[in-house]
Amino acid sequence: MNIVVVGLSHKTASVEIREKVAFAPTRMEKPLTELVALPDIAEAVIVSTCNRVEIYASTHDAAGGMARLKRFLADFHGISLDSLEPHLYSHHGEAAIRHVFRVASSLDSMVVGEPQILGQIKTAYGYAAEFRSSGIILNRFLHKAFSVAKRVRTETGIASSAVSVSFAAVELAKKIFGDLSDKTVMLIGAGEMCELAAKHFLNSGVRGVMVSNRTFERAEKLAEEFDGRAVRFEDLFDHLHKADIILSSTGAPHFIIGARDVEAVIRRRKLKPMFFIDIAVPRDIDPKVNDVDNVYLYDMDDLQGVVASNLQQRAEEAKKAEGIVDQEIGQFFKWLSSLEVTPTIVALRSRFEEVRQAELTRTLAGWKELPPDGQKRLEALTQAIVNKILHTPTSHLKQTGQGGRTDLYVDALRQLFELETEQPQEEDLGELEE
Amino acid sequence: MNTILFYSTLTLYLVATICYMAYLLKPRPILGRAAHWLIAGGFLLHLAFTIARYFEAGHTPITNLHESLSFFSMTIIGVFIIFERKYHVFILGSFVTPLALLLMLASSQYSSVIPELPPALKSKWLFIHTTLAFLSYATFAVAFGAAIMYLIQERFLKKKRLGSLYQKLPSLDMLDDINYRCLTLGFPLLTVAIITGAIWAETAWGTYWSWDPKETWSLITWLIYAALLHGRLTTGWRGRRAAYLSIVGFFILLFTFLGVNLLPGQSLHSYERLLGGKYR
Repeated sequence: MNIVVVGLSHKTASVEIREKVAFAPTRMEKPLTELVALPDIAEAVIVSTCNRVEIYASTHDAAGGMARLKRFLADFHGISLDSLEPHLYSHHGEAAIRHVFRVASSLDSMVVGEPQILGQIKTAYGYAAEFRSSGIILNRFLHKAFSVAKRVRTETGIASSAVSVSFAAVELAKKIFGDLSDKTVMLIGAGEMCELAAKHFLNSGVRGVMVSNRTFERAEKLAEEFDGRAVRFEDLFDHLHKADIILSSTGAPHFIIGARDVEAVIRRRKLKPMFFIDIAVPRDIDPKVNDVDNVYLYDMDDLQGVVASNLQQRAEEAKKAEGIVDQEIGQFFKWLSSLEVTPTIVALRSRFEEVRQAELTRTLAGWKELPPDGQKRLEALTQAIVNKILHTPTSHLKQTGQGGRTDLYVDALRQLFELETEQPQEEDLGELEE
Repeated sequence: MNTILFYSTLTLYLVATICYMAYLLKPRPILGRAAHWLIAGGFLLHLAFTIARYFEAGHTPITNLHESLSFFSMTIIGVFIIFERKYHVFILGSFVTPLALLLMLASSQYSSVIPELPPALKSKWLFIHTTLAFLSYATFAVAFGAAIMYLIQERFLKKKRLGSLYQKLPSLDMLDDINYRCLTLGFPLLTVAIITGAIWAETAWGTYWSWDPKETWSLITWLIYAALLHGRLTTGWRGRRAAYLSIVGFFILLFTFLGVNLLPGQSLHSYERLLGGKYR
């Protein structure tokens, strides 16, 4: 049995291509059932996110399987394979395992370490389980991928720091204020960045939002959107002391908030800390504001600096993560190869032979008046019994080996007779419920 | 027996402090947990040592430097454990336990012979006055640790150098809060300690207040913390200013505790004098 992966991602295809081959999450039954109906394809899982579309499958014929999956992707979406082919990648065997482990651990993501991808793969696996397109191999494979991802997440710092400007701002605020639930954010000016950051702050549970803008109507509209309060731009300094976090992005050509202003405001606040985030270019807030006691000012460059150093840190952590992936591949590959027919037959035979020998020795040891050719006869008899018993299962295994689901038999046999294989632990089966 | 307890405590504190230091460098949660249990175990041994010594001597073991340093160390660890549990910050230990360890090491350098206490001092006030005083010292020691952490973290945030230590240190708000809690706990304790001291002085020496150096310096310490508490409650002194004052206050406190012994003028509280038994 072989595991194959065919797909495309942000690394190989532009969004125009990716959206053409995306699968709608509400309509997964059709593609999944069609996939497993294909010859050569035993099991299939479809992962479709905005950054990647991938099919994981188990097959007897790696090359044939990959070709079929490519053709399927093109046909299903009604595009020509020729135009799709240059964007597709395909892996089989160890490379396929490595690919999926890396994807699940977010090592292949656009932003390395972003946490969504694992959830997306779990959802994809959920569909496959629901429509019964996943079987013994992919089940175990994906569970293994989840546990690898979990190990990577807990043993490396790959996802521990913010890598977007607005998240970096939220993390900084948490380091200043601790709990944000009794804090108020003030937006000065309006801009996409500003709104995005405000949303992040709201998601982190800040108490309220105030919006101030030169055009009051705009402020009102935005305030409504955030369930906040609009403040007239002229009255800004009458309200500034109520804000703990100030996000500023006006189009003003000069500083609108100076150090003196902030000194007055902070006194009014009884020195309660303030966090100014200046994402305007040119800047809105005089950099000297950062020198005021209990006031912290970060501008766009500062935030980008934070992000850059976090990214660098992630890159270092990613190296550790690759090491973990390497370890786990070996373990999983061992289990996968144990599903091969021939070694299983060999193992089964030797298990029977073991039993036969043991019983024979025991019987012969206590048998005093054994006729001269007795031992030979007993040998022949037991040998014949073993051969007869093993004949049918062996030939079945060999036959199904030509294209059926041998992995099911092999796995069952190995478990029933306790034939030695290194079984991956099942510790992570509960993970899906997360 | 006592010696075994003392050195077992010292060893546990040493190992725990090493763990806390390692935790500072490598943020493995296991290190933090290990350090926490080691220090808790050390504290129990320390408590056992102190109680054993109490029964052996017949009074609170706080009458010479060996005992006092050890007692101070024990109260610091006790108060620290409470704060560590309340705030779930192992890293506080990296800044507080070294102090307790140093005190224990200093204590081990002094003779552990149990001194003969003059009858004037044998009273329940010895226990009440000194225990209260050391509990207040201990909370101020934790405030001192939190203040140092605050200043470090504040500097990182202002200078925008957000390295791995920055990641590990808790938020400014939490550090300031620890500082504030310590102050609101330590200040009343210190106040009551001074008052009980005065009452005891009246019964033992016949005067409430005699401007003994220890008394004077206690008053200075008290004034510093009173100023800090006042500033916090009225004008909102917080953050850096509060942190600096906590550090200054703690150094003065240390002087009150130890330095007074070194002053040329003889203090009634000086440990040698205590044992000399010559009073006025």
